[in-house]
Amino acid sequence: MQKVREGRVWCLDDNVDTDQLIAGKYLTIIDPAELRKHVLEGLLPAFAREAREGDILVAGENFGCGSSREHAPQALRAVGLGALVANSFARIFFRNSINLGLPAIECPGVRAIFRTGETARIDLERGEITNVTRSVTARFPPFPPHIQEILDVGGLVEKVRRELRAGGGEASA
Amino acid sequence: MSATTRAPAQGVARAERTGGRGQTLAQKILARVSGEPDPVPGQIVVGQVDLAMGHEQAAQAVLPFHQMEARRVWDPDRVVIAIDHWVPASTEGAAKLHQILRHFATEQGLRNFYDVGRHGICHQILAEDGWVVPGDLAVGTDSHTNMLGAVGAFAVGIGPTEFAAVLATGRIWLKVPSTIQIRVRGQLSRGVYAKDLILRILKEVRCDGARYKAVEFSGPTISALTMSERFTLCNMTTEMGAKAGMMAPDAATFDHLRGIAKHDMHPLEPDRDASYERTVDIDVDGMEPQVACPYSPDNVRPISELAREHIRIGQAFLGSCTNARMDDLREAARVFRGEKVAPGVRFIVSPASTRIYQQCLKEGLIDIFTDGGAVFTNSSCSACFGGNMGILAPDEVCASSSNRNFPGRMGAQEARIYLMSPAAVTLSAIRGEIADPREVV
Repeated sequence: MQKVREGRVWCLDDNVDTDQLIAGKYLTIIDPAELRKHVLEGLLPAFAREAREGDILVAGENFGCGSSREHAPQALRAVGLGALVANSFARIFFRNSINLGLPAIECPGVRAIFRTGETARIDLERGEITNVTRSVTARFPPFPPHIQEILDVGGLVEKVRRELRAGGGEASA
Repeated sequence: MSATTRAPAQGVARAERTGGRGQTLAQKILARVSGEPDPVPGQIVVGQVDLAMGHEQAAQAVLPFHQMEARRVWDPDRVVIAIDHWVPASTEGAAKLHQILRHFATEQGLRNFYDVGRHGICHQILAEDGWVVPGDLAVGTDSHTNMLGAVGAFAVGIGPTEFAAVLATGRIWLKVPSTIQIRVRGQLSRGVYAKDLILRILKEVRCDGARYKAVEFSGPTISALTMSERFTLCNMTTEMGAKAGMMAPDAATFDHLRGIAKHDMHPLEPDRDASYERTVDIDVDGMEPQVACPYSPDNVRPISELAREHIRIGQAFLGSCTNARMDDLREAARVFRGEKVAPGVRFIVSPASTRIYQQCLKEGLIDIFTDGGAVFTNSSCSACFGGNMGILAPDEVCASSSNRNFPGRMGAQEARIYLMSPAAVTLSAIRGEIADPREVV
């Protein structure tokens, strides 16, 4: 996992829910590339058109609240985000993101130091996110070890695969 | 639980800790399923899953399951597949999801597949057939899995990759949540329902007030609620961001589960000296019906204010896992009997399960609804999620008994959804504007 990432920022406010990330009408889509076309379609249509690989999404409180749909973090992962940062995340969205290997960084107060179009630099090891445009830095705690383990192998699929291979699961018995 | 709780039919574990900080119901259940005697909030535990439920989203678990190189589901008898969002399939995409699940169920010997014809909303299926019992750790691929906490279980929503891991191992890691205790006393007035109570609580706790936390209900009002009403409460703890919502089992729980419980119960109660992060006391005496206004389930106002504003509606939806059980439909039919849907309004009634559909047929409720110009649909999630039927056009207004009113939830981004009780939805359908059910019940 690349420890320092720098990218252009997109800002979103509080309580952006999964219906806004991917609307209910798209839930039968499985292909992430197809989902990507509809991400944030109602709320921020420019995002699907203009977001580039390496961009950084900075959101407010309770990001990803609402449904359990994994389509939401899948669509964001398909954008190739450099990072996903929020003041706080809704829990299923957070787990889904980590399970897909997408680091969802919780950093209280981060939203207040960014505006769309500015540049962010994130140092995952030092737990720092800097607004390069304005030279302001916010800090976040590192991931707990069990979450870091999932991210280090690229997601939950690989983690469980290794555990099953090692004979740790009933399914391989 | 309050002193008014009757002695449960099957002994509730009363071994209470003394001389220290007691455990909440969530801690008790996580202790049971993890083998950790004293799980503390923030600690990560690995729990043995008692029941895993998947709906259409579980189709996305099949690929990760195989990528994990898992060969067999850990325990096919502990897995329920219940399709509900698009039944029967209304798009080719949905048909493919159903096909993936049917194939997987056959391959893995998953006999508990509620396919088209035995279908219902997944949470209602779990409730009706006793799939979740006191003390269980249950997981489901839908965020409203919280609903099943009403039987005294820890029931939690997960995504499909996580579901694949549960299918492969039978286990899940969980961070032990702190608990918000919600104590309710007083008597619900005529025309005021469990839905109004949970909306009132949402106004207090807000949409992110229970993020990562458990919500535990108690108090005399809770003890007096039916199981259906308790399901409504726990269902919408999801809208507070809660990981799980629950109440201790009592006689009503055991009555409900008699003869249908699918596996052994482990009834648990919170310790008397349990440590809660926060306690919210609600007195429902004199409380009026509540409405969640656009665009958030915590944007709650008393219905009398809205009734004065004469808010015209284009659609009324009586359905969803929150409020489409027999008591909801009977109460709505009582309001609707002999009435007509207002001109310019569509009134969509969707029972929560096929069994409820059949019961409505037997009791003549379908006649009451359809005689008055409502459409009574096949059981499904229906209009709730804006992906199947009853979709709203821009600027349309809907009175709904469902659980979410975020922008775009039921169709167009600008459409406005007001959440309320089934009786309020029904009277609003008759009047053509948001109306206070106390006027007629």
